[in-house]
Amino acid sequence: MFDILKKTVITDNVIEYVLSAPKIAAKALPGQFILLRVDEEGERVPFTISDYDREKGTITLLIQTVGATTMQLAKMNEGDCLHDIVGPLGKATHLDADKILLVAGGIGVAVLYPQAKHLKSLGKKVVCVMGARNVSLLAYLKEMQEVCDTLYVTTDDGTYGEKGFVTNVVQRLFDQDKNAFELVFAVGPLPMMRAVCNVTKEIGVKTVVSMNPIMIDGTGMCGCCRLTVNGVTKYACVDGPEFDGHEVDFNEVINRNRYFVDIEKEHVCNLTGEVR
Amino acid sequence: MAKIERQHPIELDAEIRKRSFKEVTDGFDEERALIEASRCLNCKNAPCRQGCPVEINIPEFIGYIKEKKYFEALAAIKKTSNLPSICGRVCPQESQCEKYCIRGRMEGPVAIGTLERFVADRFLHEDIEVKMPERIGKSVAVVGSGPSGLTLAGDLANAGVDVTIYEAFHEAGGVLVYGIPEFRLPKEIVKKEIENLKKLGVKVELNTVVGKTVYLDELRKQFDAVYLCSGAGLPMFLNIPGENLNGVMSANEFLTRVNLMKAYKPGAATPVKIGKHVAVVGAGNVAMDAARTAMRLGAESVTIVYRRGKEEIPARAEEVRHAMEEGIEFKLLTNPVRIEGDGVVSKMVCVRMELGEPDASGRRSPKEIPGSAFDLECDTVIVALGTKSSPIISESAPELEVSKKGLVIVDEDNKTNLDNVYAGGDNVTGAATVILAMGAGKNAAKAILKMFEGK
Ligand SMILES: Cc1cc2nc3c(=O)[nH]c(=O)nc-3n(C[C@H](O)[C@H](O)[C@H](O)COP(=O)(O)OP(=O)(O)OC[C@H]3O[C@@H](n4cnc5c(N)ncnc54)[C@H](O)[C@@H]3O)c2cc1C
Ligand SMILES: Cc1cc2nc3c(=O)[nH]c(=O)nc-3n(C[C@H](O)[C@H](O)[C@H](O)COP(=O)(O)OP(=O)(O)OC[C@H]3O[C@@H](n4cnc5c(N)ncnc54)[C@H](O)[C@@H]3O)c2cc1C
Ligand code: SF4
Ligand code: SF4
Ligand code: FES
Repeated sequence: MFDILKKTVITDNVIEYVLSAPKIAAKALPGQFILLRVDEEGERVPFTISDYDREKGTITLLIQTVGATTMQLAKMNEGDCLHDIVGPLGKATHLDADKILLVAGGIGVAVLYPQAKHLKSLGKKVVCVMGARNVSLLAYLKEMQEVCDTLYVTTDDGTYGEKGFVTNVVQRLFDQDKNAFELVFAVGPLPMMRAVCNVTKEIGVKTVVSMNPIMIDGTGMCGCCRLTVNGVTKYACVDGPEFDGHEVDFNEVINRNRYFVDIEKEHVCNLTGEVR
Repeated sequence: MAKIERQHPIELDAEIRKRSFKEVTDGFDEERALIEASRCLNCKNAPCRQGCPVEINIPEFIGYIKEKKYFEALAAIKKTSNLPSICGRVCPQESQCEKYCIRGRMEGPVAIGTLERFVADRFLHEDIEVKMPERIGKSVAVVGSGPSGLTLAGDLANAGVDVTIYEAFHEAGGVLVYGIPEFRLPKEIVKKEIENLKKLGVKVELNTVVGKTVYLDELRKQFDAVYLCSGAGLPMFLNIPGENLNGVMSANEFLTRVNLMKAYKPGAATPVKIGKHVAVVGAGNVAMDAARTAMRLGAESVTIVYRRGKEEIPARAEEVRHAMEEGIEFKLLTNPVRIEGDGVVSKMVCVRMELGEPDASGRRSPKEIPGSAFDLECDTVIVALGTKSSPIISESAPELEVSKKGLVIVDEDNKTNLDNVYAGGDNVTGAATVILAMGAGKNAAKAILKMFEGK
């Protein structure tokens, strides 16, 4: 049912999968996600729909190999079949502004890329800052170059673009013109989104972030994905995944995402290891 | 009338079962079933029937047991109930059928539920041949594969309707598979019921969230009728400080990890963490299931924290007894006010409660005893306070009429305000029981067939 039609290694640890999932492709909107299980005993893991093709009935996932499931996925090949995929889940992105700054950290580009394409299709100017630890981890660089009117790239070690963090660029852009953007949309590892929010809060520009807590059902049924937004408990899977970054209790989400680290053993870093 | 004691089903020893996911009770063997059946007085007006939401003809089926005509007994039950292996196990009999049994005033009511299960289980592994009923050229979409949907699907399929069930999860069965644990309801039984439906031509589309993957208005165009039975799966929390600490989770999360994702198996892909000292808040069936599951996963101590008293415990009597036998502690008249810990929960601060004057409804509501706060040391807190209905369907179909609480509003035929759209089960009543959800499915099936005939 859910065949892997195409598998492309994008960077050292990021792989792009094009999957056959006509029903999901028919409904998908930028910002939504799916949950998949690799096999009958598999865990239900969430991934953003980074692209979709309604005619071909395909969805595209950009997946960073961080732990058990993603490693299992990495071993699968074109022609192999995933046991189940459910979606599209969550609310679609809704960015209500003209001058938008997109900020992607590491795998966050999976969320930003469809958004950039969408904004472009609406005739808006697309400005993006993207960063990664080093050049070998910069996913979708070419795609982003194609779709963005202006693209700033940073790497922690300076192996590509500007040396440093995406927050440096964000700060600079606002230093140059305080009113350059009405809205920032930042997606990436939790500490990176927190850092961006710290910068933009000072400036006073609204910032939307895409949260990635641990999920099980993705339909509001378990409460595992809950987080505190403006003092109120929200479920990322049904109320989100996008929230006002200035209202999110990042420390709580970071703590919650660590709960199973010792069991999952694999990688502590996952999304959090990429950019700080 | 001879005095015969109520028969007790065969049960695993509490010390063994509290660390095992094997089913706790094997029910009756034939000998006990026959003795128990002989206790039924075959009352003319059968008061027991008024306690059964689907009015099973109890004296009739028990009469067949007496004659060892088990197949006839099953047929008598199946006239009004579809899932007797399941209801016999999980119905709160003491507040339903058995509550009204005449024998209750003597040596205890007839064990109606256990007899029902005995009959149904005898045929569980037999492949009863099904003839594909003649098609009537009508189709119905069922949203949700819990007991309500399965029942309606069975009745309609038997009447020759083409039925497709849509289920959000990767497995069908609703609460029967993700909520109620294996040691109380073996999943194999649910699987069998679903296989039987498939033999009747029912299609099951898994991984399909109605409101996300397909919309209600699409289903209405594609099918002659739609039945909404998506349950009440949204967990409620306490809304007290510290609730988002690690180690605090809803019973739904805990039970789903263990039951549906099989986290109890060593090396399972989905993890579950159970600490040494587990506190479970609430005292319904869900709380009992969570507490007993935690015990089975190796907790050193498990404590039920409940703000009312023993009389008010809403769980089935048998579950409470089993839980106590398995060493679950009960802290009644106790209410949590705060959860504390450094990243991970380390204690729950609770206060003692006392029952106040009866309120307007006659129920004595619990009041906090001032200055009674104490610490309950624990490293896991499972919140089992009840659930409400999911807004996913109604959000995507704003024309559907729902109550303030988000429950679907229906008439006596289980019909909603939309043409050809029916609803029933927990998403109409709020969290209730398997048999009520089943009854709603039967009622809606009848109404849908009537509507088809009318056209
Ligand atoms: C809405 C949403 C969208 C996402 N989109 C993408 C995407 O497009 N591409 C991508 O590569 N990843 C994405 N993620 C993160 C992805 O789900 C996790 O990386 C994945 O669950 C890891 O699974 P695993 O079995 O390989 O690793 P595990 O062995 O389960 O975990 C490895 C490490 O990641 C942590 N972890 C587990 N689950 C999550 C989680 N859901 N989020 C964050 N950390 C987790 C663990 O505690 C551990 O430290 C998204 C998450 C969410 C909630
Ligand atoms: C742990 C636990 C123990 C219980 N113990 C007992 C007991 O001992 N005795 C008893 O009588 N009752 C018990 N109950 C209550 C009983 O299980 C429920 O009342 C009953 O299952 C309700 O049936 P239902 O068909 O209405 O819904 P459910 O069984 O909840 O099934 C609804 C189904 O719909 C699916 N769904 C939801 N939204 C969508 C959507 N948008 N699209 C597609 N599918 C969707 C869900 O995934 C689910 O599978 C218990 C409940 C729990 C949680
Ligand atoms: S279905 Fe439930 S209430 Fe009815 S007779 Fe059976 S056990 Fe009793
Ligand atoms: S009330 Fe009790 S004794 Fe009488 S018919 Fe019902 S089960 Fe039998
Ligand atoms: S993943 Fe279960 S409620 Fe969000």
